[in-house]
Amino acid sequence: MKYDAIIVGAGHNGLTTAGFLARAGLKTLVIEKNDYVGGAAVSRELQPGWTYSNCSYVCSLLRPEIIRALDLPKYGLQVIPYESGATFDSKGNYFNYSSDHDALRRELIRNNPEDADGYERYARAVMRQCKFIKPLLMRTAPDPTSFNPRDISELLYIGKRFYDLGEREMAETVRFWTMSIAEFLDQYIKSDIVKAHIAGSGIIGTGLGPYSPGTAYVLLHHYMGEVDGSIGAWGFSRGGMGSITKAMALSFQDAGGEIRTGSGLDQFIVKNGCVVGVALENGDEFYADTVVSGMDVRRTFIEHTEEKELPGEFIKGVKRYRFRGSSGKLNIALDGMPTFTAAPKGAKFLKGDLHFLDDMAEIERAYDDWKEGRWSASPYVDFLIPTQIDPTMAPPGKHYATIFVQYAPYELADGEWDDANREAFAKTVIDKISRHSPDFADLIVHKEVRSPADIEREVGLTEGNIFQGELTFDQLLFNRPVPGYAQYRSPIKGLYMCGSSSHPGGGVMGAPGANAAREVLLDLGKKIDLGAAA
Amino acid sequence: MNKALTPRPQMPMGALPAPFHKRIAAENFQHSWMNWNGYASPGVLDTAEFEYFAIRNQATLFDISPMCKFRINGPDAEAVMNRMMTRDVRKQKPGRVSYVIWCDEDGNVVDDGTLFRRSDDEFLLFCQEPQLLWIKDIAWGFDVEVSEVTHDLAGFAFQGPTTAATLRDLKIKEIETMRPFDIRDIKIAGKKVMISRTGFTGDLGYELVMAPKDALAVWDAVYAAGQLRGVRIIGYEALEMARIEAGFLLPRVDFISSQTNLRVNRARNPYEIGLDWLVTFDKPHYNGKRVLQRLAGVAPKRKLFAIEISRDKAAHHALVYHRKTREVGFVTSALWSATTKRNIAYAWLEAPFGQEVKDDLWVEIYLQREIEWQRRMERVMIVERPFFVHPRRTVTPPLNF
Repeated sequence: MKYDAIIVGAGHNGLTTAGFLARAGLKTLVIEKNDYVGGAAVSRELQPGWTYSNCSYVCSLLRPEIIRALDLPKYGLQVIPYESGATFDSKGNYFNYSSDHDALRRELIRNNPEDADGYERYARAVMRQCKFIKPLLMRTAPDPTSFNPRDISELLYIGKRFYDLGEREMAETVRFWTMSIAEFLDQYIKSDIVKAHIAGSGIIGTGLGPYSPGTAYVLLHHYMGEVDGSIGAWGFSRGGMGSITKAMALSFQDAGGEIRTGSGLDQFIVKNGCVVGVALENGDEFYADTVVSGMDVRRTFIEHTEEKELPGEFIKGVKRYRFRGSSGKLNIALDGMPTFTAAPKGAKFLKGDLHFLDDMAEIERAYDDWKEGRWSASPYVDFLIPTQIDPTMAPPGKHYATIFVQYAPYELADGEWDDANREAFAKTVIDKISRHSPDFADLIVHKEVRSPADIEREVGLTEGNIFQGELTFDQLLFNRPVPGYAQYRSPIKGLYMCGSSSHPGGGVMGAPGANAAREVLLDLGKKIDLGAAA
Repeated sequence: MNKALTPRPQMPMGALPAPFHKRIAAENFQHSWMNWNGYASPGVLDTAEFEYFAIRNQATLFDISPMCKFRINGPDAEAVMNRMMTRDVRKQKPGRVSYVIWCDEDGNVVDDGTLFRRSDDEFLLFCQEPQLLWIKDIAWGFDVEVSEVTHDLAGFAFQGPTTAATLRDLKIKEIETMRPFDIRDIKIAGKKVMISRTGFTGDLGYELVMAPKDALAVWDAVYAAGQLRGVRIIGYEALEMARIEAGFLLPRVDFISSQTNLRVNRARNPYEIGLDWLVTFDKPHYNGKRVLQRLAGVAPKRKLFAIEISRDKAAHHALVYHRKTREVGFVTSALWSATTKRNIAYAWLEAPFGQEVKDDLWVEIYLQREIEWQRRMERVMIVERPFFVHPRRTVTPPLNF
């Protein structure tokens, strides 16, 4: 069967590209290896009555332009912000991060009187970086070696924005993009627990420690999202993250698109350097002159493309592109709301993201374990109970806990990711939480434990890297994923990339998907329709 | 001493506490109050955005006691209401609510409100503006009693997707059969409550009305039952966001009552406001009928439109232009709609703009960014009201979330 375009992988980026292509009038097919759509933005009911956000679990980065252009709220998407969060330390203290400015100031002062002002300085520095980078997200990164007028004008655009920052701020920006989150925070904040609370955003999903250069940028990547104009705010997708991709799929189908689940890609069919279609594992073949891969760059070109079709330099680039899975995930059904020893009764901050940390050194030690091929003995966890806000994911009075765990290696130095090790990994995490919440373990009704290897197997993310490749400066902008191929095109004519391996990278953002759609449509002499969002 | 000469208390100034004041004040961390018809009504309790999201995701309480409320009862109650309203009140069965407008003799809108038919010969009318004299004037010569009950009834709006589940937890079995605009008489905490499936949010929700002496007991029971359902007290700012999304108009904001306008050309008829669906001619004479019959089918000189605006900055108080040069109208209510992710507004446009001429319309938005002002021209698209209405608003029996 012949289509105008085929998208491989029904993750949020694949479905974003598909949505825009279908709306531009292309006869578009999406193929998906799993029996369900969603990729890493899925909601599944593994325990009757409970819905998990199995992989990604909070929403902020998803570009509002995409939500509006694809009309996702009409198809059921509702993003609900959450208000605060906290880090508990082992001495019985906590730091409550509050979205209320006054409460936050008072809490900072309680921990260290100087930190209230220091935090304002820190927040301004990060906001300035956000303001600088945000306009770049929904644009194709220019190729600095190209003489194409569009590349030159885009480079001038970035150059001018950079120049307009002024000398001091230019220097700050370069420092920021290359320095570690620990050193960045040391400039502003004194309190260990406050620094530890903030530093988490710098290491989530990345194979780097808080003292590793480049982690300040990873923090920025987590801050540049927004929930309704409140920059840096995070929210829940009502019904779990799967509601995002469900809405995308419905929007796509309403625009005439077709989705086939249940069989993955075997090979891209390439003739004379041009892609002509896809061959699936079940033997089906579908044809199109435009094929867009939502898979990461390694799976796309190493596993599903014949090497002879690709230039050696490109293959080298793909092979050296770093993934390094570093995170695991626990999804837990709870019989009731756990209590936290240090939290006062009715503490509102329990509705936000919770962490259990003393200081930066504890995160660095957790990273050291990972380097040695072990999961962290005292891991960094991003722990949320979304059912305090979202009424749809568990029966009333019952709860769902999503626990993101940093660090867990893709390959264990000692043994395999088998059931015994998965269970031991889960125990490490649950034991750590239990030190702060004595009734937590007893409330567990069901749990799903996912190592990086599980994430790779189920979702297809190489090495379980949640960003489809590390977000370090050497792999960003025109270097993402491979120099010369950062504009969603590949060496094979008609074969494009739309996943998070391409600019601007990972997170449930949709920007790579929308940017890829723009490039595909440009090549077909059409224009992407961002509607009133543009 | 002559008893008649003892000092009498002076009338208090400003806003008085409404029936739920104690409960709301206890949660009003911003100490933000507005004056609504002489009562202290919360503006925002902690954060307007989070209160707004509770309307769309959980369950919310909002005190509606300050609304103007009137009782019309007697053998001619139906005739009086039918003489006043543009809708056919005879079709409204006891136990039903309808959204109504009423006009003056020139066909201009006096006010809008909700009309509760309690029985064959008793109605309750809830609205924004004082209407005692207006109703009495219409009732002249009819066998009917008209009384203001604003202070005799307390009430709160209970709105949001988990409201039905909360009422189920309170064992209110009546909600299972209640369709939108149905009324039931129930008991909560042993107190008599009139509950209706109505509201101002475009979402699943109810309004509960009770005697002021029972107000706190009912509120407490609902609030306690809502704890597992994410219940939250909200202020006016959050409700205003939901109100605009839901396509409801606000007198004094989107149009002005023909009984209060100073400038004679400010009064507006239902065709201009876009409420022609509330006007019927298949009924006996009512205020404005003759003029409205003449206006029906004639393109209004100006019209209130629902508009969508490009990009994400709300067009508060913006002027509307054709071809970016000719001024053709202005915005009354504007909002970045967090649920629909659209930039929405209501705007008055002079004919033929918005009617025959829909293209090349622009709003001029002024943005203040750290002291400096920026001017933006953004595209305007004419769209349908409401901007948001959730299917769960009407599903019967109601869903749990």
